Amino acid sequence: MDSALIPEGADRCSFPKFAIGICIVGAVALWGVYAMFLCWFKGLNQTNMNDYYGFALWIWADLAVIAVGGGAFFTGLLKYIFNVDELKNIINFAVIIGFICYSSALLILAIDIGQPLRGWFIFWHANVHSMLTEVAFCLSCYFAVLTIEFIPNLLENRQANKVPFFRHLAHNMHGVMAIFAATGAFLSFFHQGSLGGVAGVMYGRPFAVREGLLIWPWTFFLFTWSAAAFGPCFTLLVTWITEVVTGKKLVKDNVVHLLAKISGWMITTYIIAKIIDTIYWAYVTAPSLGFKMSHFYTNNSFYGYWILITEIVVCGVIPGILLLNKSTRENSTTRWIAIVLGVIGVCLNRWVMVLQIMAVPVMSFDTWALYVPSWQEVATTVLPVAYGIIFIAITYRYLPVFPQERELNHTKLEQ
Amino acid sequence: MIQDKKEHKFGMVIDLDKCTGCGSCMVSCMSENNIPFKEDESRKKDSITWMRVYKLTNGKSFPDIQIAYLPRPCQHCSGKGGHGHSPCVSVCPATATDYGYDTGIVSQIYTRCFGCRYCMGACPYHARYFNWWDPEWPAGQEKYLSPNVSPRMRGVVEKCSLCYHRYQAARDKAYYEGRDDIEESEYQTACTTACPAGAIVFGDLNDPSHMVHQIVKPDPHPDPMNKYVVDKSRNPKVFRLLERLGTNTKIYYLSEREWVRKAGDNYLDGEWDKVKNHHGSSSK
Repeated sequence: MDSALIPEGADRCSFPKFAIGICIVGAVALWGVYAMFLCWFKGLNQTNMNDYYGFALWIWADLAVIAVGGGAFFTGLLKYIFNVDELKNIINFAVIIGFICYSSALLILAIDIGQPLRGWFIFWHANVHSMLTEVAFCLSCYFAVLTIEFIPNLLENRQANKVPFFRHLAHNMHGVMAIFAATGAFLSFFHQGSLGGVAGVMYGRPFAVREGLLIWPWTFFLFTWSAAAFGPCFTLLVTWITEVVTGKKLVKDNVVHLLAKISGWMITTYIIAKIIDTIYWAYVTAPSLGFKMSHFYTNNSFYGYWILITEIVVCGVIPGILLLNKSTRENSTTRWIAIVLGVIGVCLNRWVMVLQIMAVPVMSFDTWALYVPSWQEVATTVLPVAYGIIFIAITYRYLPVFPQERELNHTKLEQ
Repeated sequence: MIQDKKEHKFGMVIDLDKCTGCGSCMVSCMSENNIPFKEDESRKKDSITWMRVYKLTNGKSFPDIQIAYLPRPCQHCSGKGGHGHSPCVSVCPATATDYGYDTGIVSQIYTRCFGCRYCMGACPYHARYFNWWDPEWPAGQEKYLSPNVSPRMRGVVEKCSLCYHRYQAARDKAYYEGRDDIEESEYQTACTTACPAGAIVFGDLNDPSHMVHQIVKPDPHPDPMNKYVVDKSRNPKVFRLLERLGTNTKIYYLSEREWVRKAGDNYLDGEWDKVKNHHGSSSK
């Protein structure tokens, strides 16, 4: 039915099967869209946020998708600026994942603000002292860059590519992509960093506040670093899921091993920096404000030391070691354990830097505040996941996303 | 336009030994500033209370237990070093909250706020409130709303303005009468005038003739123990909430009781003894 749109030589499932899959995921997306409209029309009273939890599940989701979407800018940087040529076999997919993550982040922000129609005020009345202003500008600009990076892949669709103008445009855009990759890396450095800065500059919140360099708290650099470290893990994770769902090998092992190795080095160096930061904060910063470390991890039903150990050791040190070591990196089981732990780790870090900050009491007579999201919050957080699945399904079906797909599945096709 | 070039620093000192926790300050604040009601006010964490009274105890059991009530309006922080970069002002991405260098008041521009709530996250005092619901009042009460204070719409943040409209009215009156400045009694907040115990003293911390200045005696020099802290009180019985963070609030508290003063901030084991000795405030 849609065979004319499917890349030449590629094997895809039947259209009815594809359509049924899209409908199932689409139903979940519709549930999210319904919740989204409830929030827009009835207001944020649809959530379980309150004046203690002004930042909650959505801001976590926002930070998490941006962190895991970091694979796009970092892989682009490696491919186009550092000329790591093997990564050309995964860069298209990294860009698509990045596009999904960043468009989701913008959507979540549009739901999260109390007056969505005034969202443009952040640009019009910009406060240059605010980290959130930096986030808004760099995020929007980087999303534009990602769109530009995605266009050549889009124009390589079998039918679009028949139009000479589109074919030449795609070819020429590939030629100048290094400029956009460099711009993307520059913008990502600042928006990933300023998302970290959002927490680090809150000097009224001893759990969040950090010293730093000039106007940037250490969280600024840690967020950029962690996105570059764990972003490729997410790219590999989604690639693996796509391979399982399609039943095909899509990327050669040497590419996977290379990206995993780079990720391993980044995770290890990041986690060393994170451990130093945590020790300095626990033994210098917080005590100088009158707080013992135990204040932040005890006397409540959820935020215990377990969260710190899980984030840094289980989901930081362990994946770093597993990906650094050649034998565990090239063993598919240990590699996937490392990758899954890494993705959980960076998401947990973002959770801590949003929700635990809000939970910890600062005034001596105040109490811990815990929060459970409403179904509307959950549905709108699931929405980007469903949207991402649909987007990947459509792009995989109709675009030549994986340059090695034909070669890797050649024998199977001939049979 | 009034030629009021003097730099004010409006603030208050609240005597916690006089406060009975009656809640008059809260009621008068809500009435004065057109604060709406929710249909169900049982969920206090999303109720709007610009002025909130906290109940403090010394943690002891009968007969040694003591109680203090601590009214908490917006603390109108002047930020680290007193430069106007309050925790909330510095983070607002749309400049919807601003620091008045001529008054020391942290303002909120409701029509510019787009409801990101970053300021709420940055405020350690929980003095900022989000309008989760459309503003509603019990039937008939909307007729008694103050025409001097704009009601706020759903989806924006609001907070105590130190009854700024009263300051504007006092300035208008002074201008009409040909005066350059306003008298201490001409600008008093609703909570100050409503407190039956006279626990709240409001005025210009920069003006030595004002009662608030005489009680607080703000130190014109930075704290030698913390370079970010300015305007520290030289009265050993006076303290500010979370002073160590360097927020430099303009709401001071007064108490003869040591445990109450200690509750104003966080201290590591043994630190309080050094601090209280530093201030010479060793009374029980």
